[in-house]
Amino acid sequence: MTLDLRELYQEVILDHHKHPRNRGVLADATASAEGHNPLCGDTITVYIKTDGVTVDEVRFEGSGCAISTASASMMTEALHGKSIAEVESLFRQFQALVTSHVAPPDAEGLDGELGDLGVLAGVRDHPVRIKCATLPWHTMYAALKGAREPVTTE
Amino acid sequence: MTAATAQKSLDVTRIRPDFPLLATSVRGVPLAYLDNGASSQKPLSVIEAMNWYMRHANANIHRGVYQLSQLATELYESGRKKAQVFLNAAESGEIIFTKGCTEAINLVASSWGSANLKPGDVILLSELEHHSNIVPWQLVAERTGSKISVIPIDDLGVLDMDAYAALVSVGNVKIVAVTHVSNVLGTVNPIRELVDLAHTHGALLLADGAQAAPHHVLDVQALDVDFYVVAGHKMYAPMGIGLLYGKRTLLDSMPPYQGGGDMIDTVTFERSTYAPLPAKFEAGTPNVAAVHGFGAAVDYITALGEGETPREKLQSAFEAIEAHEQGLLMMATHALERFDGLRIHGEAPGKSAILSFTMDAIHPHDLATVLDSEGVAIRAGHHCCMPLMKRLGVPATARASFGLYNTYEEVAALERGVKKAVELLG
Repeated sequence: MTLDLRELYQEVILDHHKHPRNRGVLADATASAEGHNPLCGDTITVYIKTDGVTVDEVRFEGSGCAISTASASMMTEALHGKSIAEVESLFRQFQALVTSHVAPPDAEGLDGELGDLGVLAGVRDHPVRIKCATLPWHTMYAALKGAREPVTTE
Repeated sequence: MTAATAQKSLDVTRIRPDFPLLATSVRGVPLAYLDNGASSQKPLSVIEAMNWYMRHANANIHRGVYQLSQLATELYESGRKKAQVFLNAAESGEIIFTKGCTEAINLVASSWGSANLKPGDVILLSELEHHSNIVPWQLVAERTGSKISVIPIDDLGVLDMDAYAALVSVGNVKIVAVTHVSNVLGTVNPIRELVDLAHTHGALLLADGAQAAPHHVLDVQALDVDFYVVAGHKMYAPMGIGLLYGKRTLLDSMPPYQGGGDMIDTVTFERSTYAPLPAKFEAGTPNVAAVHGFGAAVDYITALGEGETPREKLQSAFEAIEAHEQGLLMMATHALERFDGLRIHGEAPGKSAILSFTMDAIHPHDLATVLDSEGVAIRAGHHCCMPLMKRLGVPATARASFGLYNTYEEVAALERGVKKAVELLG
């Protein structure tokens, strides 16, 4: 495999793609939202269970590429048990991670609050794929904010 | 070689150097450009024709008294004559230059549609249509109170002609707008048959030739179509130029699409009268350099054929192009069919060289990214055909689409890329 592809499809991503965590409907969700990427036709639904202070559980449903599935799966794990303020902070950091070219190139440098999510930084070099990684996050954020309209990447 | 023994195959080794971009490398890997359905690469003769025009002949056309303007005007009208021959239109006045197919369809929908559609009328489309042959009709349907009906396809991707006959014979269909060749499935629609039935029931027919013009010889008189649209950039001409063919009687009866300079006869603040065809539909300064490039692309294709007349040469060139592209399609189809969980969409008999497929375990976007790492450029997505994706039951497909310069080595690169995707993501 070329270096470029290895950078994008890291082992952690492939693992989450093949064995997505927290996939399926969350029956007692307190919020949910639908997201849609008109470029590729992918759709996702994100369910959140929260008491308004802490996010107890996040689940997702939908069909997507390896990047969006892995991003959604890793997001559900990363947000588990976080406070609403922490979720908002992670959302902003994740956006910066996948869109900013000034972030440190080594995974160690990214390994702060984002943890494993740092492996998704590879999409920065594939501009068309950035939205694959961010769609689950935008959808989650819309659910948290009680959006009524479906989210779109456009 | 004589006209009687028209060449049977293209000399692709000789053709490839004509297209400078094909020599590009992608991260050190040779480019295999298999996205011709989206846009084709340009031969040097087209690039140089446009370059030459801007260096030596650029001026605004029509009404310029000076020599340079007359030269630019001659070149512009000469491009129209070449387009007329390319389509075998009865006269060059039936060729209206547009930005592309989208603008040409919008022109008909807006001008003809506004003047002729009323509540209860039906615009008949097909499940194969590109958004550019759906949305302009929805806009005019909303304005006029007319309705849209859709001809279904079968599981091979072939239009259901029985359903078509039933739909068109109701009597309220005013226009049928269908693609000549599907940009996703490669299906070649039987335009003449569709036209005859439409005319029997008092309906007009517009054919979208975006995917036909680069691959098949066209003859709008033999097809008896009322309107036909072509995009230059998919047939080795530059972007930003395309055309609408329309029968003179229809174009004459239609109101102008856009108002402005060049499309008028006289103007006062009370009223204006309009110029005759084709100027009536060409408001504003046109893209003269691109028309010149379009003419060069027609010349390029024509020169690939054998024969006495330009039409004979075009006929022969397209026979050779089709034979070559069908060989590539067959090889690619056989190569891809061997992958477990790979499904090919579109198996219409005699289909054009477009190959759409999906894989059970690999999303088209991931596939396209892995192929890109091998230098193979394909398209992944809904191909501006969301209703067709719904019919196929997939959110997106991967699509390889071939052009006259593609090689068997490039098909092998496609196969290698899919194998690599399976190893990585399958």
